[in-house]
Amino acid sequence: MSPRPFWSPLWAGIALGLALFLTFVLTGHGLGSSGFFTRLTAEIGQWLAPELTAANRYLGDYVRGEPLQAWITWEVLGAFIGALVGAFSGRRFRPQVERGPSSGMGSRLVLALIGGILTGLGARLARGCTSGLGLSGGAALAVGGFVFLICFFAAGFLFSFIVRRYWQ
Amino acid sequence: MIWPLYDSGVASGLLAGFLFGFVLENAGFGSPRKLTGQFRLEDWSVFKVMFTAVIVAALLLWLSKQFGLMGAGSYYVPTPFYVAMAVGGLLIGAGFAIGGYCPGTSVTGLAGGRIDAIVFMVGMVLGTALFAAWFGPLEELYLATPGPQGQTLMDLAGIPEWLIILVLAAMAWGGFKLGSKLEQKMGGPYQASDLYPADNR
Repeated sequence: MSPRPFWSPLWAGIALGLALFLTFVLTGHGLGSSGFFTRLTAEIGQWLAPELTAANRYLGDYVRGEPLQAWITWEVLGAFIGALVGAFSGRRFRPQVERGPSSGMGSRLVLALIGGILTGLGARLARGCTSGLGLSGGAALAVGGFVFLICFFAAGFLFSFIVRRYWQ
Repeated sequence: MIWPLYDSGVASGLLAGFLFGFVLENAGFGSPRKLTGQFRLEDWSVFKVMFTAVIVAALLLWLSKQFGLMGAGSYYVPTPFYVAMAVGGLLIGAGFAIGGYCPGTSVTGLAGGRIDAIVFMVGMVLGTALFAAWFGPLEELYLATPGPQGQTLMDLAGIPEWLIILVLAAMAWGGFKLGSKLEQKMGGPYQASDLYPADNR
């Protein structure tokens, strides 16, 4: 079955802006993502190395309670369900390893892992990611959000040169 | 001042997240080829969607304050830590170009059936664990150069909020024009039909 077309960037942007505003009205803060992965890391740390995790100065605070019992967990679960509904209703659900035409499956997965590691490190250092700091901080007109966004785009362009052959 | 409702319950999270994920997927942001196309200048959707969303939400927040529905300082504005946020932004930009996702779009990618998105998530957990393990040596960088609490562009530039939003809208308009021109030149943007073969069983 052929997929339904994407929304135009303008309409998708307006819809995303409305969803973001609704989130501010509901909760007093914006949308996020990386906070969930911090909590997930604390939870996994609690299974694998409970003493080490509890003694860690960064993750220790999370495991004093239930790390995953937080608004952000429900929000990320909701985002997964929303995207699932989008993919199925748009006939765009495809089990696959998505990669550039000249990229092998192995190299794609290695790059996905490296990219994830850099992103995990960066999100903790910046106290947020593209959604929590870039999008939500940007909407709140926070200086920090724009510092983040400028650096995000600069590094994206730079590193894209190095890896472009894997995507094209 | 009837807003915000400060509702951090399960339903509030599920609703906000549902809309977030549904819009991201429909924008095509589950696809790492489309997402990274931004940095090859072939596909400006990331810039266009993000910038539009920021302006729409900023405008509605400003209007809510103008109409007395929301108080000034009633919603969260992150305090800048200039160096840490700059370095973190660089790392996430690099991670996005290399790995094809950011945290939110990896959730969208996984929901569309992508195995590479799970691998990216495993990487994020490892990266977070590394940050925690190296928190001692990283702490100085993490806490360096804090700015004023909840500093906004209005505080920085000393001009009113509506003017900031107007300037951002003008920049977005220029970015849309430039982006569409470059997309045309580079043979982009990616359409759903380019990314999802119809004969897939």
